[in-house]
Amino acid sequence: MTITETAAIIPSFDEDESGRKLAIICSKGNLDMAYPGLILANAALGEGVETHLFFTFWGFDMINKKTMGDLKFTLLGNTATHMPQGFGGLPGMTAMATHQMKKSIEEIGVPEVPEFLQQIVDSGGHLWACRMSADMQHLEADDLYDEVEAIISASDFIEKTDGAQLLFI
Amino acid sequence: MPTTTIDSHEFHVDDEGFMTQYDEWTEDLGNVLAAQIGIEMSDEHWKAIRFLRNDFPERGETATLRRVATVGGIPTKQLFTLFPKKPAKKMAYIAGLPKPRGCV
Repeated sequence: MTITETAAIIPSFDEDESGRKLAIICSKGNLDMAYPGLILANAALGEGVETHLFFTFWGFDMINKKTMGDLKFTLLGNTATHMPQGFGGLPGMTAMATHQMKKSIEEIGVPEVPEFLQQIVDSGGHLWACRMSADMQHLEADDLYDEVEAIISASDFIEKTDGAQLLFI
Repeated sequence: MPTTTIDSHEFHVDDEGFMTQYDEWTEDLGNVLAAQIGIEMSDEHWKAIRFLRNDFPERGETATLRRVATVGGIPTKQLFTLFPKKPAKKMAYIAGLPKPRGCV
């Protein structure tokens, strides 16, 4: 049966200017823990949400030019792989697991970390590096991915993301 | 499944207003749909919409923003300029396709 509507049905795209903001704190440097923040940031930007990512502690590996293309996935300490833990400690296992995960990610058309960050920036996302992490690791702006806007303190980040919803990963 | 009528075009839509019948769409209707959401179509807009239309039958799903950028060859930044705020959904709407289901 066909129902004929009298008023046209049109999706509401930007009628509700909610000013929604999302802040994502990326604190992990494992390959598998880098992706959740990137995927959510990308999704939020695609929905017109102002998005800020703050890289801190091990999350610095995601924006450190030396490491960002070479994050690793390890079976050790990860019971969700459902393999005996001793297995993960064998030589070459981390390399193999990393290779496997990268392959699965590529197969579904999801980019590697550096390219994903570029996509986020191209979509209007903001990348910030943590001051304390930079100091601890003796890194400066030049050592970081070029699209990182600045190295800022935790308080600066809190100030910039006033009113935002926040995710800690 | 409801139908809706805009500018004397009648077509099937889902609850949100996205078209559900691939073959009911025409470029004329694309212009009408774009106008409903405040977009005036240019050649650059059409390049993206035509990519989505051609890609859909082949893939059986609506291209994500990333696919339009990497396969369709239209840079992400430009897509956000052409279809501000929610480019993937706006493109799908104008192209008469379902919302993309992919995450990236």
